[in-house]
Amino acid sequence: MSPRWRVVLWLAFGALVAALPPIIANDYYIGVAVFVGIGAIAAIGLNLLMGYAGQVSLGHAAFMAIGGFTSAILTTRTGVSPWIAMACALLLASAVATLVGIPTLKLRGHYLAMATLGVGMIVTIILTQWDDFTGGTSGLTDIPYLSLAGVPLDNDVKYFYLVWALVALALLLSSNLIRSRVGRALRALHTGEVAAATCGVDIARTKLRVFVLSAALAALAGSLYAHHVHFVNPHNPFDFSFSIQLVVMVVLGGLATLPGSVVGAATVILLGEYLRSLGDFDVLAFGVILALVLIFLPRGIVGGAASLLQARRAAGGAAQES
Amino acid sequence: MAAPVLEANRLQKVFGGLVAVHDVSFRVPEGGVKAMIGPNGAGKTTVFNLLSGVYPVTSGTFLMGGRRADGRPPHVVAHMGLARTFQNVRLFGNMSVVENVMVGWHRRGRAGFLAAALRLPRARREEAAAREACLEHLARVGLEGWADEDALSLPFGRQRLLEIARALASRPRLLLLDEPAAGLSTREKADLARLVRAICDDGVTILLVDHDMEFVMDISDEVMVLDHGEKIAEGPPRQVQKDERVIAAYLGEEADAPD
Repeated sequence: MSPRWRVVLWLAFGALVAALPPIIANDYYIGVAVFVGIGAIAAIGLNLLMGYAGQVSLGHAAFMAIGGFTSAILTTRTGVSPWIAMACALLLASAVATLVGIPTLKLRGHYLAMATLGVGMIVTIILTQWDDFTGGTSGLTDIPYLSLAGVPLDNDVKYFYLVWALVALALLLSSNLIRSRVGRALRALHTGEVAAATCGVDIARTKLRVFVLSAALAALAGSLYAHHVHFVNPHNPFDFSFSIQLVVMVVLGGLATLPGSVVGAATVILLGEYLRSLGDFDVLAFGVILALVLIFLPRGIVGGAASLLQARRAAGGAAQES
Repeated sequence: MAAPVLEANRLQKVFGGLVAVHDVSFRVPEGGVKAMIGPNGAGKTTVFNLLSGVYPVTSGTFLMGGRRADGRPPHVVAHMGLARTFQNVRLFGNMSVVENVMVGWHRRGRAGFLAAALRLPRARREEAAAREACLEHLARVGLEGWADEDALSLPFGRQRLLEIARALASRPRLLLLDEPAAGLSTREKADLARLVRAICDDGVTILLVDHDMEFVMDISDEVMVLDHGEKIAEGPPRQVQKDERVIAAYLGEEADAPD
């Protein structure tokens, strides 16, 4: 993509985000849009890991849980500033990711997927059983609002702007990253570990770093979630089924397309809202829609749209030449 | 005398019960083109995989510029100044031509996660310089007009050249070329021979494996011959061509005998 197009897309994205709350003008849906932003932040991180570096995590909701519960526990029990609690949440998730990643990322194959699956289960069990500390299955309540420069973000419109500013920041930093020396190393090890290693890329270390980064983004999402609903429990959206939903967001939006993660998060969360009226059949409908998208757009929504545009441009170019 | 670029002592590689490389010792002196030839299955590519750290050695050692390099992972060997190409070209298919070369440049850069994500001034300067340098490497192999194409959209012969450009981008002391001429037309081979000599003249020592006798004899200063994992001859091309064990090895295997 040329730099000019990138600027145009950024301006369009900024304008859309700025205009959305007045257009929606409905508290419930603004709340949903906040969830979309939170999901998008976690999905962007997971896309860096899955889409670019080719490593699968089936336990990313556990890092959201670590983020959400660290914020919840520190703000309700110690009265520390929510921002400091959030920083601790990111550090703790990074530390856990490092411990999980060091042994598993040295190996080739699906060891990371297995290990993260296990970590997800363990985190859910710890949060459920350690009830003195975590509130057990009933969870923790009365998590305070975040405030920015002394202004409490005490309604959904204000919180919407904070969350989506962070989505934009995550997008910006991630897209810088993938277009750099580090990003090329990630993409290279995805398609050819041996060739990348012989080019001087430290495979294990690069994988570990991107895994830690994606865990930290998940923790940020979890912490933002806690300050949005003011309540956390070990399950929704912190258990295995949400880990799978995050993977679906990434694949549905398009692996290795960062805007795809935002589109994927919006699709999954909005579908969840609309399909709720189907009661128990929502899972079925969700599955059918997913299968259809992946059959007709195997590169995901944004990836598929991009290749359609490219094909049309190529066809247009050929028509002009003849 | 300065230490040779590469010195291999009694290299041994065993896969299960198969001895792929047996007791192979050799030196690659600075500044020439050395070729390793031998029938199919002689262990040539295995030797390359040992030297580049892709496989660990079963026993034996090798030194690069006098420093022990065996037992080190591929990226460390790369940082010691070794670069290679692959028999079955291994480009990064999800990247453009120039980006492939820029992965080769990786070890020359410094920008880490933080500097890259924040696009710090030094990371931007480094990135611009890297692209510049990599475009020069592309021009070196004659691919200057292809920089922004998808790497895998190149015709096969040019993919080979791209792999050489990628290897050169790390500014290696020693370049390993694994069957660079395989599958090329006569004319492409002649161009490649000129390119290999020119790279050598720039001060990069070259060790190559190939089947094409004419190509090898033409460009090499020194030839070593492997058969069944063992070194059976080594010396100047003319002398090796007349060696009886070499002729027997080739005639016994296939009719691809040196003339």
